[in-house]
Amino acid sequence: MDWLSPEEWSAVALSLRVAFWATLFSLPFALWTAHLLARCAFPGKQLFNGLVHLPLILPPVVTGYLLLVTFNIEAPIGQALSQLGIVFAFRWTGAALAAAIMAFPLMVRAIRLSIEAVDPKLEEAAATLGASKLWVYLTVTLPMILPGILAGSILAFAKAMGEFGATITFVSNIPGQTQTLPSAIYAFLQIPGAEGSAFRLVVISVVIAMGALLLSEALSRRIAHRIGST
Amino acid sequence: MSFSVTLQHRFDGFTLEAQFEAPKGITMLYGRSGSGKTTIVNALAGLLRPDAGRISSEDWVMFDAAAGVFLPPDKRRVGYIFQEGRLFPHLSVRQNLKYGAWFAPKDAPREAFDRIVDMLGIAPLLDRRPGRLSGGEKQRVAIGRALLASPRLILADEPLAALDDARKEEILPYFERLRDALEIPILYVSHAGSEVARLATTLVVLENGRVIRQGPAAEVLSDPDVTPMGASAAGVMLHATITAQHADGITEVTAGRVPLLLPQVGYPVGTDLRIRIEAQDVMIATERPRAISALNVLPATVAALRMGAGPGALAQLRAGDNLLLARITRRSVSALDLEEGKEVFAVLKAVSIPRTAIGDQRGT
Repeated sequence: MDWLSPEEWSAVALSLRVAFWATLFSLPFALWTAHLLARCAFPGKQLFNGLVHLPLILPPVVTGYLLLVTFNIEAPIGQALSQLGIVFAFRWTGAALAAAIMAFPLMVRAIRLSIEAVDPKLEEAAATLGASKLWVYLTVTLPMILPGILAGSILAFAKAMGEFGATITFVSNIPGQTQTLPSAIYAFLQIPGAEGSAFRLVVISVVIAMGALLLSEALSRRIAHRIGST
Repeated sequence: MSFSVTLQHRFDGFTLEAQFEAPKGITMLYGRSGSGKTTIVNALAGLLRPDAGRISSEDWVMFDAAAGVFLPPDKRRVGYIFQEGRLFPHLSVRQNLKYGAWFAPKDAPREAFDRIVDMLGIAPLLDRRPGRLSGGEKQRVAIGRALLASPRLILADEPLAALDDARKEEILPYFERLRDALEIPILYVSHAGSEVARLATTLVVLENGRVIRQGPAAEVLSDPDVTPMGASAAGVMLHATITAQHADGITEVTAGRVPLLLPQVGYPVGTDLRIRIEAQDVMIATERPRAISALNVLPATVAALRMGAGPGALAQLRAGDNLLLARITRRSVSALDLEEGKEVFAVLKAVSIPRTAIGDQRGT
């Protein structure tokens, strides 16, 4: 890749890595949260729902600030985690955490909608045919919400790729460490004469975003075809 | 095998209190919507936990409130045929059919896959998705799926209600065959008199969550005091045997020592049938009518009379060994001086018995 400078290339690679881990890490939690919100009634559900969606409506800087307050090495939680060898502040892992939290509500929403579209009567039918709760989930519920999981993951990936405010607040903008694609574009725009670098990264951003969108469309069409109508 | 059911359940100001037996053959839960039929079926499937009662078959206890026994649906081995089919849209027809067998215990008696597929005529559909099937095809697959799960009991909750008349005619013969071929009981929910007459072995009549009558289908249907769907839907069921096929397209049968003439029934002489005769198709004459187009004029005795609250009345007539119901007006009752024991003639037009009211009963 000699049309990208090492600095530009490292920003692209870092962003891909951050977005990949952020998506993978959020998925089990998002699945669980979506089930809770779609299928369960419990006291404080509205509050929980609000909490899940908070990163969507809070200014990203606020989310980043809250992360910094919680996970810096001086703070109790950050200290405890660093004893276990887990450090978020000013590391790429922190960028992944910030991206995961910002993308979480989008993923939950997509999965929740697909769970709500599953007819519980089909799950009852599976139970009468001898399937235990786990088997009902694996053979009926999960295959039917697969398009939602996929759409949610791709949405979350794209969001994680583009996350800027919370990331730069939480882990700063250290080239090679925490400088993701958007942070790099922002940094290049501050340097006179670096518009070329910024422009190349902008093009890459657009290509990745479009690619994700097209992939998600194609996959969900294939799954929808496999599942068939009604 | 026979199931004993005792249930009590209260919800939304409605109380269900039912006790009945479901022996081999089709036990039909018959009553208006809201009489508690689906609640009973769901309790048997384990989809609903009743407040009190017991559901058992010999030493197999599925539910016993007093003993704290409640088997979850997946441990009950019931084959539930739902009104809307409820086929899995993401699986092929073949996978749908094999779904239950996969979870059935290894030592459970199994129906041969190919035999069921042949019987239901669904071999050409095996590789298709349920979304591409017609209503009748879906319901046949749903029947197959329930049968192939090695059930100890079949539950069918208005399995024909979502189908048009032509599709109903397509599915009814399969239930007739199951009734006569299966050793396990079938509990079938319906509010359609024609299904009851063609399919029911045993009838359990429900009204407002209570069993108001249960017994052999022919006996219960001929009782003028039991009309859960109203007098206009009353009708009896007769067992008959074909005795002759006439050249002009008339089929002659004998039912309870009485000859009856019907529009052509395409089965050979000697075939056993069950025939539904609706109460509103039967007229009563006190003298034998002459020069009348109706082909069936049967000497009969008035066995019971039930006066309705409005202008109507139901007369129970004994003709040979049969009981018929005739829906007439109270004015006719007084004009003809009808009373129990009076000798009359029951008049029945052959064409008032449509082909759909005649069922095949080769096994029973």
